[in-house]
Amino acid sequence: MQYLLLIYSNEAELLARSPVDLKAMSAEYMDFTKGIIQGGQFKAGDRLKPTSTASTVRVRNGKLAITDGPFAETREQLGGYYLIEAKNLDEATAIAARIPGANHGSIEVRPTWPVEM
Amino acid sequence: MNPSVVDQAIDEIFRREAGRVLATLIRLLGDFDLAEEARQEAFTAAIERWPAIGVPANPSAWLISTGRNKAIDKIRRDVVFRTKVLDLEAAGIGMDSDVASEDDPTIFGDDRLRLIFTCCHPALSSEAHVALTLREVCGLTTQAVARAFLLSEETMAQRLVRAKRKIRDAGIPYETPEPHLFNQRIQGVLAVVYGVFTEGYAATVGSRLVDAELCGEAIRLGRLLDELLPMNAAVMGLLALMLLHDARRPARVTTTGDVVLLEDQDRKVWDQAKIDEGLSLVDSALSMSGQVSPYAVQAAIAALHVRAAKKEETDWPQIVGLYEVLMRLQPNPVIELNHAVAVSMVDGAARALDLVDSLAARGLVSEYHLLHAARGQFLQSLGRLHEAREAYGAALSLASLEPERRLLRARIDGIVTAPSGS
Repeated sequence: MQYLLLIYSNEAELLARSPVDLKAMSAEYMDFTKGIIQGGQFKAGDRLKPTSTASTVRVRNGKLAITDGPFAETREQLGGYYLIEAKNLDEATAIAARIPGANHGSIEVRPTWPVEM
Repeated sequence: MNPSVVDQAIDEIFRREAGRVLATLIRLLGDFDLAEEARQEAFTAAIERWPAIGVPANPSAWLISTGRNKAIDKIRRDVVFRTKVLDLEAAGIGMDSDVASEDDPTIFGDDRLRLIFTCCHPALSSEAHVALTLREVCGLTTQAVARAFLLSEETMAQRLVRAKRKIRDAGIPYETPEPHLFNQRIQGVLAVVYGVFTEGYAATVGSRLVDAELCGEAIRLGRLLDELLPMNAAVMGLLALMLLHDARRPARVTTTGDVVLLEDQDRKVWDQAKIDEGLSLVDSALSMSGQVSPYAVQAAIAALHVRAAKKEETDWPQIVGLYEVLMRLQPNPVIELNHAVAVSMVDGAARALDLVDSLAARGLVSEYHLLHAARGQFLQSLGRLHEAREAYGAALSLASLEPERRLLRARIDGIVTAPSGS
């Protein structure tokens, strides 16, 4: 099965971190990513630019509306994702637990729902 | 054989084998709903055929292979299920796979454990744990589960459907957890079983019939776990704890529905068979090496209560010691409160009052009626009757169960009629 691991954390807190801290965090992410590439579980993954860069699009009655900012204001923001291959939910949650962000933010684990065509 | 005898035998087999037949069918078919339907069809087939062919030597193997074959027929017929046939074939499960392997009793055991661990998987809500366990492991009807939790059958059915859908769609494995997860997961399972028990026990004052049923199911689950995971200290501790509490159930409430406190209970009414079983399990649980299970310690406390032939013979100093062990194992304000009550029996009410006041000062359990009831009792025995009345009043304003409220009112009235001297 494939699972999308959505990494949520407090963006303001992350942006306030010192360059040394951020470098250390990047290194942790690099190690983790290499690990799941080698383990054959990695399908895709990236970090996201801050929510200040987000735009939200809605079309209502054929009318396009573009607004500044993310869809919902929440305490933790989506900051990155991985798409992984895992045998089952236990394997997926074990991988999610190894994501560095799990130690301060939270990881939402969602199975993908492939469309049969 | 006389038909009614066969019917009775079939009934008895269904009751005994329903759980293991379902557990194995879920593994073979990979789907809860399909497995439930298959079991139903297998039971129907048995009712039709066993009176003629006789009860098979291994009824559960017969039921499982019949159920599986019916399910596979259905899958092949049913366009909606076509993708499932592919899944089954991919998994190497088909009409021709070996039935004999299901004769192995250890496989049944493994499947029942798989079912328990899946129903109690941490990715499901705690409401779902209880509902699924009672429905799928204990085999209660949806209606019975709903009634036990005072919910409509429709609400409970939806809860079960949602939980089963999550198991399937999120890929919750139908497996006993891997060794490094096992201890954590078994704690989750035990919490579910104990939750079922306390739900039944705490509400004994409500509708008694249903609650006794929940206590009985929890004990049945405890026995099943003890059978499947022999010599596990936490499992034995929990089973002992439930048995020792349940043994006292007949003495806890009067015929008019009033609460009888432990010290006032008629010890002759306690269920001696349950006490004996519980005591022997406590001894085994405590003699195991490794980390002490909090359930075993709680059971040891319950054991000291039931071992006393009269309330005056209760070994309070040892109970205080066990509560101190428990406070280290799982710090928790309710345990601290119980510790204070035990301390009052050893060192007196003044010391106990200090402990409870410190608990209240830390802002813990100040909304818990039993804290105020205990304070009231300590104050009363210290002769501080005015304050005792206030404490009982605070307890009364927080208590919700009517029999407990009656008990508190009786306490307050008792103070009023006592000779005034404070």
